[in-house]
Amino acid sequence: MYDAPHPPKGLPNLPGVGYKPQHYNDLIANPGSVGWLEVHAENYMGDGGRPIAQLRELTKRFPISVHGVGLSIGGEGPLDSAHLARLKHLVDWLNPTVFSEHLAWSTHDGAFLNDLLPLPYTEDTLTRVCDHIDELQTTIGRQMMLENPSSYLAFDESTLSEPDFLREVAKRTGCGLLLDVNNVFVSATNLNYDPKQYISDYPLEHVREIHLGGHDEDEDDHGKPLLIDSHGAPIVDPVWALLDHTLALSGPRPILIEWDTDVPEWPILHAEAERAETALSKVTA
Amino acid sequence: MTVTQTTFRSAILDSQQDRPLGLSDAEGQPAGRRFDVYRNNVAVSLTDALATGFPTIAKLIGDENFNAIAGIFLRQSPPASPLMMHYGAGFPDFLRDFEPLAHLGYLGDVADLELALRQSYHAADTPPIEPDALAAIPPEQLGDVTFTFAPAVLAFQSPWPLHAIWAFNMQDGPKPEAIAQDVIILRPEFDPEPHALPPGGYVCLTSLRAGDTLGVAATKATEAAATFDLGALLTLLMSGNALTSITIST
Repeated sequence: MYDAPHPPKGLPNLPGVGYKPQHYNDLIANPGSVGWLEVHAENYMGDGGRPIAQLRELTKRFPISVHGVGLSIGGEGPLDSAHLARLKHLVDWLNPTVFSEHLAWSTHDGAFLNDLLPLPYTEDTLTRVCDHIDELQTTIGRQMMLENPSSYLAFDESTLSEPDFLREVAKRTGCGLLLDVNNVFVSATNLNYDPKQYISDYPLEHVREIHLGGHDEDEDDHGKPLLIDSHGAPIVDPVWALLDHTLALSGPRPILIEWDTDVPEWPILHAEAERAETALSKVTA
Repeated sequence: MTVTQTTFRSAILDSQQDRPLGLSDAEGQPAGRRFDVYRNNVAVSLTDALATGFPTIAKLIGDENFNAIAGIFLRQSPPASPLMMHYGAGFPDFLRDFEPLAHLGYLGDVADLELALRQSYHAADTPPIEPDALAAIPPEQLGDVTFTFAPAVLAFQSPWPLHAIWAFNMQDGPKPEAIAQDVIILRPEFDPEPHALPPGGYVCLTSLRAGDTLGVAATKATEAAATFDLGALLTLLMSGNALTSITIST
């Protein structure tokens, strides 16, 4: 259980964007509605050069959220101690406002598969995930947030619902939660449940950041919709509606626009941030 | 039915294998191509990472060939760490040993160059010596100086026209001639640039990096190549902010 010595720092309840180097000059010139930035931890683990120089400059101007994509918190094996040390080094020098990681695994038997792979929700995996989060929070000396995944399939062995699993993780470890509303929509469509019910079941009191992104549409073997999280397209209207539903229950939260592949020109990304700003303006704390 | 991560991983990397049992859709039917989403994500993201890291190789053999070869490589050598900036360290040797491409003998060296460009891009920042630091050394002591080099400076030898092959494909340079070319990568600020090393340049550089004085290094270089031009090499190093300290050894 991680006991924060002080009330943990938080991002402002404003739109943020996933930082892409091609937007550096636009962001410096006029960030518009964008009040904070998120970076992928693993892209800033080199020794120097442009990525580090840009991040040093950006952190003077924006609150920074560091989002890890490679720790494999849901992995069956132990956490990679070399990677834990790299995360600690980054968090130590950058002192970001928040740090988050995924409810997923990506490394097994020494191979990193560069994708967020799913795990069953059982008492065993709950214990394992909590142990790994404890280890991470102790190593970096701060609270982390855990993000819900996009699901394409279900494990027959699961005994807990995802919201119950996440509620228990937050309770046992003291971690915060990062609610990806697009992932909820994708998973609910793929596994045929009501996304609004998921949000109602979700421990919103632990949510300290929201993610929004685009997805692709495909079909499964039986012609049923199969949505695929891609972060490579505009956010669809039903996801914006689910955001409104969420904010009405949770109150305002920091909202990130994620666009990682086929990254658009700045005005298109900024328009998504403006739309998030409009959604935030409709709710009060 | 427990699906272990060993089973999951193995089925992701080998699409000839059956999909793991115990994974279902909302109706409890086998997951089928829902599992293939993960197979596809892994293969596409790793192929993209290799294509981003080795653009000259992709251009030399064409995207279709590149994707097919990357698909073989990523399955036998998936990343060993989550730092994708280092992925593909084994790709040059893989290309050298890949029988169907044996007629393109230079691919391994070109891949080494692209790997080194990436390594240089992420190397530590170190302040260079002042532009006049070399000129300030009394001429009679010039032979006694030693240097340290920025970590972004990388050099290697090749029996192929390595720099010309890179420049022809990436910078619309002239058609490569059949000569051997050693290459040095310099990073004046943030963007690494490959340069062809003149005759004797690699020998001089290696000697200097080993801690030899300029006098010793220049002698070795002249022995290796009678036309060695020390002034030209020093000008190149200074222009690339390659030198981080200069010391007169006593």
